[in-house]
Amino acid sequence: MNPRLKALFDSIKAQGVSPERERRLLQELYSGNDHGLIPPPANPLRRLDDAFAKLYGSGDLCAMQKMEAGQGSYTTSIRSLDELLERDNRREQDGFPRKIRVGRMIKPGRGGDDQVVVVPTTVEEKLMHDPTFQPPEKGDSTGGSGDGDEGEVIGEQPVRPEPGEGTGEGGEGEGGAHEVESSAYDLGRILSEKFQLPNLKEKGKKRSLTRYTYDLTDKNRGFGQVLDKKATLRSVLKTNIALGNIPDFNDVDTTRLLISPNDKVYRVLSKEKDYESQAMVFFLRDYSGSMDGKPTDIVVTQHVLIYSWLLFQYEKQVETRFILHDTEAREVPDFYSYYNSKVAGGTKVAAAYQLVNKIVDKENLAEDYNIYVFHGTDGDDWDSSGKEAIPELEKMLKYTSRTGVTIAERVGSMGNAGNTEVQRYLNQSGLLEAHPDLIRLDVMGEDAGEPRIIEGIKTLIS
Amino acid sequence: MELIDQHTKKIMEGCKERARDAGLRFDNESLEYIVTNRDMLELSPKVMIPTLYDYWVQDVEVLKEKGRYELYPGNPYETVINTRPAISFYNDNNPDWLNVMIFYHVLAHIDFFQNNTFFRHTWDFDLTGRALADKRLIAKLRSEKGRWVDYVIEFSRGIDNLVGYFDELSQLHRPSRASCSQRLDYYFDVFLQQVKKVKTSQYVKEIDRFNESRRKFGELGEQTFFVDTATKYPEFEALFEKSRRTAKGRKRDLLQFLMDHSEFLNKEENQWMKTVMEIVRKTSIYFQPQIRTKIMNEGWASYWHEKLYMQDERIRGHEIEFARAHAKVTALPRVGMNPYALGMRLFYFIEETADKGMLSYDFERLHDIRKREKYDRNVGTGMKTIFDLRENLCDFMFVNSFVNQDFVDKNKLFVADKRMNQTRMTWEFYVKSRKAEDYRQMLLDSLYHPPCIDIDEESSAGKTLKLNHRFEGKPLVTEYIANTMLGIEFLWGGPVQLETSEVEAAAPSEVNSGAAAFWSTPMPAAPEPPKELKWRRVLYEMKDRQLSRVIVTPFTPSAT
Repeated sequence: MNPRLKALFDSIKAQGVSPERERRLLQELYSGNDHGLIPPPANPLRRLDDAFAKLYGSGDLCAMQKMEAGQGSYTTSIRSLDELLERDNRREQDGFPRKIRVGRMIKPGRGGDDQVVVVPTTVEEKLMHDPTFQPPEKGDSTGGSGDGDEGEVIGEQPVRPEPGEGTGEGGEGEGGAHEVESSAYDLGRILSEKFQLPNLKEKGKKRSLTRYTYDLTDKNRGFGQVLDKKATLRSVLKTNIALGNIPDFNDVDTTRLLISPNDKVYRVLSKEKDYESQAMVFFLRDYSGSMDGKPTDIVVTQHVLIYSWLLFQYEKQVETRFILHDTEAREVPDFYSYYNSKVAGGTKVAAAYQLVNKIVDKENLAEDYNIYVFHGTDGDDWDSSGKEAIPELEKMLKYTSRTGVTIAERVGSMGNAGNTEVQRYLNQSGLLEAHPDLIRLDVMGEDAGEPRIIEGIKTLIS
Repeated sequence: MELIDQHTKKIMEGCKERARDAGLRFDNESLEYIVTNRDMLELSPKVMIPTLYDYWVQDVEVLKEKGRYELYPGNPYETVINTRPAISFYNDNNPDWLNVMIFYHVLAHIDFFQNNTFFRHTWDFDLTGRALADKRLIAKLRSEKGRWVDYVIEFSRGIDNLVGYFDELSQLHRPSRASCSQRLDYYFDVFLQQVKKVKTSQYVKEIDRFNESRRKFGELGEQTFFVDTATKYPEFEALFEKSRRTAKGRKRDLLQFLMDHSEFLNKEENQWMKTVMEIVRKTSIYFQPQIRTKIMNEGWASYWHEKLYMQDERIRGHEIEFARAHAKVTALPRVGMNPYALGMRLFYFIEETADKGMLSYDFERLHDIRKREKYDRNVGTGMKTIFDLRENLCDFMFVNSFVNQDFVDKNKLFVADKRMNQTRMTWEFYVKSRKAEDYRQMLLDSLYHPPCIDIDEESSAGKTLKLNHRFEGKPLVTEYIANTMLGIEFLWGGPVQLETSEVEAAAPSEVNSGAAAFWSTPMPAAPEPPKELKWRRVLYEMKDRQLSRVIVTPFTPSAT
């Protein structure tokens, strides 16, 4: 156990906590996980769940010949994600609900810097009995064989998957064939167009992306505005050496030099594109122990979507910073590690805000950038009154264009929804009302689906 | 895809000879293809039928977290498909000894396809050929009608589990009409049993009375019989007439019903939609027996690949490899169900009991456990019995008739269940029951069973189509109702109503129990008393693409 965490816990405890809260804190304190990267899943099919296989799960090809049933890749017949979504858009025009979902399993690929993996999915609805429904007295029974008396326990399986067994990668590995690497930019465009995410341009917030400076930087041989004497002289010497026109390097007779017109180097006035990165986005993710499972999925999925959207809005002129926090905050270099770091430890939101303020201050970012901060958490905070977080947040609001806080609440965790610590102190602080254009809060249940996540983005950025 | 080479084909032909000698019956021709992983990509969304029509959903990953097999009864992992000639697929790096085993397995499947009467409707034509024609037709329609073809496919597929498979089958198996009069059929099959609900003794008496009058009056026997009947049941004639008027329609086949009665579809410009629907319907009916005979089919194939390979001299030198491969397929899992293992053991069990003459009334009457154990009349009809079963049964009948306590004990089977251990945060798997009736019930519950949705025919005259979901102790998947009904509304061309049953209280907490429990008190909570489920009838109406929902009446389930 981390001694610093323990000390923090003790100090909180000294101030008095409710038993229910103490239990939750302890759970995080003793979870014993660390923040390693999640290893890529070895073989997702090898879970114990499959021992609970149902009758129709097997077939000859996989049972006897070990062949995998692939799924057709839409890239073979449908040329692009665009086309698929075009079809979906048509549906809406024809008066039928949309059917394609893009959000599932969106995750940053390891290699490319702005590649994301997108899996378009759909559902074919039918009138059918709900297979998940079980009358309470029946339970979810299946067959078995071998020894053991009635009532005897014959095996067990953790309720929550072992760390690294699934959390964080946003879905199971089944749909391997369907993944498609798309650039995050494309995804952003699709999000903006197809899901009618608000467009920054229309809001007039977007400043010009490029500015031009005129400078005598380009060189040209033969003619131009200003003779570059040094370069010309160098060029002349080169030519003469090649011609064998300089017998003694220590004593160059400049009058004997031959000067070809091509040796004259001029500087020309030229238009220079000076790219300016317009947006700096901070992604903050709570990776404390309580974020295990669904909340992490929701937060990272939403962050990939936001990232893609901003990338499109700012025509790729977006810089991103990734910050993970438990009770302490740290910056990670890329989306991959941001996405794949395992959860552990306690929670202190203030640490993350503090780090953002520090970075902005130190690098003097506020002057040059539109700064966006997106924070995803499950709403737990050891600093339950927000007395550290709120001042940092206030400081942050002075320079950000938008701060968006997403709370993916545990369903039924606190008994009543909408009562997580972060939400409570944000509401109490009055910041949400005072600066509705600067800070937004979006609270969703951990079981939120993709439409809800996209809806959430609208709330955060509109 | 390419055919297997001559060397391998020769092995296959050798297997065919031996399988025939053992009594299996199948067509001479068969086609064997080598498939690569790339081929599999294209084949499996098309349930291994290479010529199946194209549909965009096949190219997208389909979410099946709810009821994969209920939604897609066709199995994308099948090695052999029920076509003429039968087509089977092989991995190109299978060693010869493994191919022998697979060939036997495949041949037994082909034997099953071509002899089991539940496949009767697939015997007279070749699916790949018809599918190819359908595929071309759909492609042609698509070039004319564009995306609307896909909408019709989508909406038809939405109800393609509600096809009258058994109606279709019963028409094929129906004995010629001439033998018996409809009036007589109605009197004995419906009137006495369902209307009057007479006792068996009385029923037998009526049969006697009929036979008596046949004997006395010969040709005129039936007439006299019904004259007498009229004095006893004056209402009979009226009821019979009524039944003749209503009995015609195929009540359960929603797709067929829409094609026959929808004004929208029968408009001149929409006739083409019916072609598409018919393709979807035919394809669905084709696959119906497959999923209804999974245990039998796999059991039969495993039984034969074991039996035949053990006698085959080509096993020499590969005994251990075979044993390993065979065990992997047919081992009974500690927890879970394996249709191969179960079906094979059941066939062996039935063969053995039939050989000993245990499938007899005498044995049933025997209660002394010692005598039962030692019972052996050595009648040797085992082989004939299992051949008869493979011809006439489906999974339901197979399980329902033959999973008994002897079988369960012999194979040490049990019903397993899981419960949460709150302190250790684990699912505990435990032996719930070793009773045959429980095991059988568990098996029956897990068999494929689409909902039974009746069409209220009276309404076909009106504008609104009324559907009635018969209550069988399970609700429909609520999220799916809207889109499915939207499709039905489109095809019907008017409002659609669906009456179904839903549980009044919130659904049992099972779905989220894992997450909730993680945060609830670590102390073992008192187990919740099983809540009494309150069912109620709910009426959904889809009108102008808007779904509304009305609670009709609270009701208590009369039957499960």
